[in-house]
Amino acid sequence: MSPLPRSAAARVLPRNATVAVTGLNATDNPGPGVGVIRALRHGAPFPTDDDRLAPFAGRIVGLAYDALEPGIYARDLVDDVFLVPYPSQGVDALRARLLEIHAATPLDAIIPTLDAELPAFIELAPELQARGIHTFLPGKEQLELRSKVRLSDLGRDHDLPVPESRSVSTVEELQRLEQDGMSFPVWVKGAFYGAERARDVHEAAGAFHRVVARWGLPVIVQEEVPGEEYDVVAVGDGRGGLVGAVPMKKTLLTDKGKGWAGVVVRDPALIALAERFMAATRWRGPCEVECVRDKDGTYRLLEINPRFPAWCFVSAGAGQNLPAAVLRLAMGEPVAPLRELVAGTMFVRISFDQLAHISDLQELAGLGELHRSPEEDR
Amino acid sequence: MAFLSNEPLPQAAQDRLRDLALSESGFAFDPFSGTTFSVNPTGKAIIEALARGLSPDSLPTLLRERFDVHGLSDPERDVVDFLGELRRLELLPARGEL
Repeated sequence: MSPLPRSAAARVLPRNATVAVTGLNATDNPGPGVGVIRALRHGAPFPTDDDRLAPFAGRIVGLAYDALEPGIYARDLVDDVFLVPYPSQGVDALRARLLEIHAATPLDAIIPTLDAELPAFIELAPELQARGIHTFLPGKEQLELRSKVRLSDLGRDHDLPVPESRSVSTVEELQRLEQDGMSFPVWVKGAFYGAERARDVHEAAGAFHRVVARWGLPVIVQEEVPGEEYDVVAVGDGRGGLVGAVPMKKTLLTDKGKGWAGVVVRDPALIALAERFMAATRWRGPCEVECVRDKDGTYRLLEINPRFPAWCFVSAGAGQNLPAAVLRLAMGEPVAPLRELVAGTMFVRISFDQLAHISDLQELAGLGELHRSPEEDR
Repeated sequence: MAFLSNEPLPQAAQDRLRDLALSESGFAFDPFSGTTFSVNPTGKAIIEALARGLSPDSLPTLLRERFDVHGLSDPERDVVDFLGELRRLELLPARGEL
């Protein structure tokens, strides 16, 4: 069964779109999906009289990897849910599943939110676009440019303040770092995820083995920069410009070091750093800029995550609804640069029990999909 | 005796203090850094006076007029100490006499 064609005359506006979102794993280390969906449902990126920018009235389709991802059971957020194959199953499996889903529930846009799935969605983006499914993603080369392995080169080539970092593949290379001028403590990072702090080369060797066992080679060793951590959720227009950026300082951390509460700040230097990254990479789509303010007051760029952070809902409260902006950009609508920023806007997470019925789990686990009628619950 | 400048703060420093979200109870939020701190009524009065463009050397007199200063209290010393705290919070320029 082929997806329903959409004629130019019947072009769907972002506010009425059917949008698929991944990353519904809202645990104590949450995926970004629930935050993205809440922002979409919250409304337009900025106040306007233009009806096209009125609050979201479309349909949200959750794409989940596991039937127990908590966001699935947020009945007020997600209308339909489909299980999708894990990224390890390859692009072909994802393509086939997305086409099945599109046949059952025609999609207008997909907002992927997880690092591991991005390469596949980027590869599929032209095919999806041809079938009327819009995305707003960076290209493969852009994704690679900000990778942990190449971030140091990016900093050097574009005068971005990245702390001293090296990519290592053997313990011998690691042991030479101190002689080569790297100072401890350092962070030993997996190429895609995970980081351990090491105070000396012996601790670094232990961390190296643990990171390799879990995440593979290479391992990135980055000098620690003492200071306060700041994060920026930002969207690039793909032409070197900044669509919008909301900086945040974490005010409460979990035992995993993840932000459980934070407050929006408006230091122009943080916005300028995001602008420089966009200009250097011509980034297209959302990202999270992680940085630390050193003792001299300089922001040093620690990492770029190539997708929305879990805390992106605060952008809607701070005057820049960045997920809504990405949806509009994906669907070809213009978005003027967003510069309003309400400093002092806070997010404070809460953990509570959702009530669900076993029939939801049965339906999803048995059929791989779950549908809620528009009247149900909302 | 500590030296306090008879010049108002530079305009950028006044703007920075004016941008502080300072509640009636003295809870302050710096929108640039995200730092929060609390000040007592004396500290609040100093911040508000500096933000209005009063010079640091006028602050001891202001404190004597508005608060019950007596005994061993030394408003000049208190103002110098408090300006040091504001400098530590990067709300005042790091160098120069204030």
